[in-house]
Amino acid sequence: MSETLLTVLAGAMVLGLSAGALGCFAVLRRHSLLGDALAHAALPGVCLAFLLGSWAGFDPKHPLLLAGGALCTAWIGTLLILGITRTTRLKQDAAIGIVLSVFFGAGMVLLTIVQGMGNAQQAGLDKFLFGQAAALTRNDVIVMSAFAAVVLGALLVFYRPFKLLVFDAEHAASLGIRVKRYEVLLVTLMVVAVVLGLRTVGVVLMAAMLVTPAAAARQWTDRLGLMIALAGGFGMAAGAAGAWISALEARIPTGPIIVLSATALLLISLLVSPRRGLLWAWVRRRRNRRRVRVENLLKDFWRLAERDNGYGRPRALSDVMAVRGAVSRAVDDAESTGFIRKAGTQLQLTDKGLMRAARVVRNHRIWEAYLSNRLDLADDHLHRDAEDMEHVLDDEVIEQIDAALGHPAKDPHGRPIPRGAPA
Amino acid sequence: MSDDLIVILTGAACAIACAIPGCFLVLRGISLIGDAISHAVLPGIVIAFLITNSLSAWPVVIGASAVGLLTVFLIETLTRTRRVKEDASIAVVFPALFALGVLLLVQYADYRDLDPDCVLHGEILHAPLMTIELFGATLSRPLFVLTIAAAVNLVFALVFFKELKLSTFDAGLAAASGFSPILLHYLLTGVVSLTTVASFESVGAILVVAFLIVPAATAYLLTDRLGPMLVLAMAVGSTAAYLGFELAVALDASVAGSMTVAMGGLFLLVWLAAPREGVLGRFLRNRRRKERFALALVIEHLVREPTAAPDLAPALRWPEQRITELVATLTTRGHIAENAGVLVATKAGSEFVSDVVD
Repeated sequence: MSETLLTVLAGAMVLGLSAGALGCFAVLRRHSLLGDALAHAALPGVCLAFLLGSWAGFDPKHPLLLAGGALCTAWIGTLLILGITRTTRLKQDAAIGIVLSVFFGAGMVLLTIVQGMGNAQQAGLDKFLFGQAAALTRNDVIVMSAFAAVVLGALLVFYRPFKLLVFDAEHAASLGIRVKRYEVLLVTLMVVAVVLGLRTVGVVLMAAMLVTPAAAARQWTDRLGLMIALAGGFGMAAGAAGAWISALEARIPTGPIIVLSATALLLISLLVSPRRGLLWAWVRRRRNRRRVRVENLLKDFWRLAERDNGYGRPRALSDVMAVRGAVSRAVDDAESTGFIRKAGTQLQLTDKGLMRAARVVRNHRIWEAYLSNRLDLADDHLHRDAEDMEHVLDDEVIEQIDAALGHPAKDPHGRPIPRGAPA
Repeated sequence: MSDDLIVILTGAACAIACAIPGCFLVLRGISLIGDAISHAVLPGIVIAFLITNSLSAWPVVIGASAVGLLTVFLIETLTRTRRVKEDASIAVVFPALFALGVLLLVQYADYRDLDPDCVLHGEILHAPLMTIELFGATLSRPLFVLTIAAAVNLVFALVFFKELKLSTFDAGLAAASGFSPILLHYLLTGVVSLTTVASFESVGAILVVAFLIVPAATAYLLTDRLGPMLVLAMAVGSTAAYLGFELAVALDASVAGSMTVAMGGLFLLVWLAAPREGVLGRFLRNRRRKERFALALVIEHLVREPTAAPDLAPALRWPEQRITELVATLTTRGHIAENAGVLVATKAGSEFVSDVVD
């Protein structure tokens, strides 16, 4: 592995780790776009620091000098956002938009002034816009690591107050914690993390470095500590992927690849994370729909059987479908689950199907009895609610309700409440 | 027309076109949707360019605007899964699309005639150079396009004024009255997308956010009424375009950037000095209110209990000097008078108290 690649890899990973970890607080406090504003507000600071540096005769591109300038204006930007939202009727979104765009405009003005100076040193200052990880030097990475260590160290030391601040600021205040002080500290850390990323991914993409890994980590856990660790890990992985992929070929910029990698991680997390995964939710919903479909079909069989007392009798498909218009998909599903079987051209409930049908009808009618007796609902208001509840009530609850109602034999409409399958 | 004038007019047209949807973004609290759209149309522009080989063709405008709407759709879809909050959805979606745009840009910029700087930052100074022939006249294309955009947006605001107003201030009533909030939302964000794309080659992806939001926010601090707010926003925007141009000439710096800075300056001015919403006005109003209240308290005390001047400070437990000042003011105003060694409230004084209490 070449020295350059190692440098870029290290820089991108340090950035991913600290931005990801800190981003958790931005995401949980719903300040996600603050990072975006801070990154844009850092641009004029970089240019001012450069101008100041060349005027005073320092190395105008020293990473510490530029980072210092970025910190200053990003800080001022934050204060202005707070000031605008506190003293005017403008909401936070407008305040963020104003600071973000005006500071960026000021940055552009300063950038063109710097470029107009014709100073050979100025080359590369515009790389702060979109980042140029490939240009990272060993020195840059050392400065970045030092900043990252400060950020992560502060996170560790002030973990408890930060946690309180995120989840219940009022409670924190009532415990005597200086909420304002920690808020300021947290924003300052965010500013530092943003400044870290300017050289690597640039001001525009920095918002994603904070938010995307944290949003991905949120899908896997409800615990803050774990979320921070995961977000740091995702950020590092995205950084590594970006550095690696962009080294494979020319003309692949690192910053965008890092952001796209983080986005891919988020998409994967959204789909397959164990409890919140959309894929599982989709499967569950499908399974539930199928279950409702099948149980409704079984109920239709039962209703027909109640008319002619023929619970095990084979019936024509058209008769069953006429009850409420069940679809043939329900028939296929019920057959493959073993609730009904084909008898010639007709359909017949199996023993298993009969038991399930009895249970669903029982759930439905006991729930109706409960609503009527205990909640005094009118008889014509019972059915629709029972249509939903019959599929979700479990046996234990139903037996408790049954006992509480004194084991009624009939529902409010006078229809018998079955107890298990008929002999 | 001189070149300078064309540049100023282009900036003003851009500001007017942006200010109209901008007002609704600010009022609806979705300013950052404008931010997201303006960044996210980048891949649309690049892809459309790669297909049509031109930045000026109508397909570019349509294609890129479609990506703008796609951005809004993606943000809403992500929010609706309830796995990611709205602010985080915005911060996730637009950088991803922007990254895609930069990637495409860098990939193809070298061997196609596509200058990343030009697409990202725009160059309003080129406005006089990019000309089209229309009806036998030679016009500046960006000026022409942005004038059309401003006119379209103006018509949009006038035609849908009632609907936009109602759905902005009372979304529930608007929905109940049969205006689809979703349709209006997409209509508005569609207008934002079109305007952003039209502004692209002049002011670039990021500064267009300033054109959208800053004049609208400034106007919002000056008025409570939607109609005047729209007019003021357009006025602030075009004034800033002119001031910005002069600033850019003076500093020899980025014109679009200077226009943004001018907008920021106007906002700052209004923020400090606006009659009702301004920081200064509020401060003065508060001080005046405090003073009137203090005066009323002194009179009220004297109404209940005529007191000798030296006993007043201990009775009210206020600092001696403050009481002396207040008594002097009240005496010159004729609200209190000295009668046999004690201070008493006059009729005018009692009237002043009931005026303050009301």
